[in-house]
Amino acid sequence: MKLPIYLDYQATTPVDPRVLDAMIPYFTEHFGNAASRSHPFGWEAEAAIEKAREQIAALIGASSKEIVITSGSTEAINLALKGAAEMYAEKGKHVITSQAEHKAVLDTCKHLEKLGCEVTYLQPDKTGRVSVEAVAAALRPDTILVALMWANNEVGTLNPVREIGELCHSKGVLFFSDATQAVGKVPVDVEADHVDLLCVSAHKLYGPKGVGALYVRRKGPRVRLVAQMDGGGHERGMRSGTLNVTGIVGLGKACELARLEMAEEAKRTAALRDRLEQRITSALDFVHLNGNREHRLPNCLNLSFAFVEGESLIMGISKIAVSSGSACTSASLEPSHVLRAMAVGDDLAHSSIRFGIGRFTTEADVDFAAEQVITAVKRLRELSPLYEMAQEGIDIKTVNWQAANH
Amino acid sequence: MAYSNKVLDHYNNPRNVGSLDKGSQSVGTGIVGAPECGDVMKLQIQVEGDRIVDAKFKTFGCGSAIASSSLATEWLKGKTIDEAMQIKNTQIVEELALPPVKIHCSVLAEDAIKSAIADYKKKQGEAQS
Repeated sequence: MKLPIYLDYQATTPVDPRVLDAMIPYFTEHFGNAASRSHPFGWEAEAAIEKAREQIAALIGASSKEIVITSGSTEAINLALKGAAEMYAEKGKHVITSQAEHKAVLDTCKHLEKLGCEVTYLQPDKTGRVSVEAVAAALRPDTILVALMWANNEVGTLNPVREIGELCHSKGVLFFSDATQAVGKVPVDVEADHVDLLCVSAHKLYGPKGVGALYVRRKGPRVRLVAQMDGGGHERGMRSGTLNVTGIVGLGKACELARLEMAEEAKRTAALRDRLEQRITSALDFVHLNGNREHRLPNCLNLSFAFVEGESLIMGISKIAVSSGSACTSASLEPSHVLRAMAVGDDLAHSSIRFGIGRFTTEADVDFAAEQVITAVKRLRELSPLYEMAQEGIDIKTVNWQAANH
Repeated sequence: MAYSNKVLDHYNNPRNVGSLDKGSQSVGTGIVGAPECGDVMKLQIQVEGDRIVDAKFKTFGCGSAIASSSLATEWLKGKTIDEAMQIKNTQIVEELALPPVKIHCSVLAEDAIKSAIADYKKKQGEAQS
């Protein structure tokens, strides 16, 4: 077994060797600029990109003409939100999103507010889900855009995208979904799900880093965006810049593999996820699932280990690579904004660990990880004054910590 | 985050983990921090005469917080109360090579020492009056 074991597939994924094989000729042999219309070097690159566009579109039920290549999800989000806000400024200035979105959406919304937009940040329920009723209640006559993620990157909760999409279409409001974690993991169909704008990132689905795509609906309604990157007018004027041919070929291949293998892979990763959870919870008490047991990604498990702090737990399980919602793992000293929005409680947010399972995870990996976690949590609880209090029957929520400090 | 070898050593082999009888007249208990802040330290001293003869801790917190309180118990043992009052968070920072974002762990450890001593002194005052 090769250590450490990678269980952070929501952060990024390794490039699938089949994807790499598809990319390699485009570094050296077929190195042309896809915008070169006057010779075969350019034509080859353009043909490769058109094929990739078809592969990307096929995975999400779109047409290849609706795919705008970007450098990744963050850029796609910026283009979708800023581009739509600017294009439809005459129609209205109200945007609806949620507090559990990725920072790429939240910070772009903050930017829109500076430009005069009004943004409603819906609070998700305790499982991280935003209901269609909550969206309906927030809609206003001047709402131009609803931006809600397909699957949450920290807890894996799936939003009721289809219902929200139907609502938006019935009200003539654009619907953007950040599907970075969802594409290739769960079925995504922009037609059936009534999505107008949607982003994809290659490195989350076994493609290379630095490339992604924005789906922009062409009819029913035709969505128009103001470009955020000016230049040579690439990507139908929506995103200028010489195309990253190798990366796009990789994204295309990754999407094709996902389309063919997703159903099997989802079944396999869900079984591993459940095995991991079962092993851990059968050996430890006070373990909480963060997220939604019914509506969730097949490959994400977020658990809080009460009375143990996340960063010290990560230190104790250094043979496995995972993420924590604890403050200490980020520079901000604030616990995860997602868990906060879900009202998990800061103490449990500090003790959360996200396990991400993927294409190359084995049963042995999961069993080893469970062992590591169980050992470390038991050891840290021996060290924990909070666990001691819990065993004495003291509810730590009722302790006045201010008074206890003096 | 990269940890110093000393932090790792205290994390992997914490010194003086445990609890003393908090009801005992000769034991001072300090509990500082709060769960929602991600750090709670419980530090206890046992005093004979004016000398600390034993110290124990339990900490909920990051590796640096565990190391800071573990180190504090090591330093406390054998010191007089007055000497213990002289322990500064900056000495802990230096000894453990804590990075700036972890300085609050050392501050908490100093607070825990002072809080345990205050509790002990309070008990002695009550005993005399």
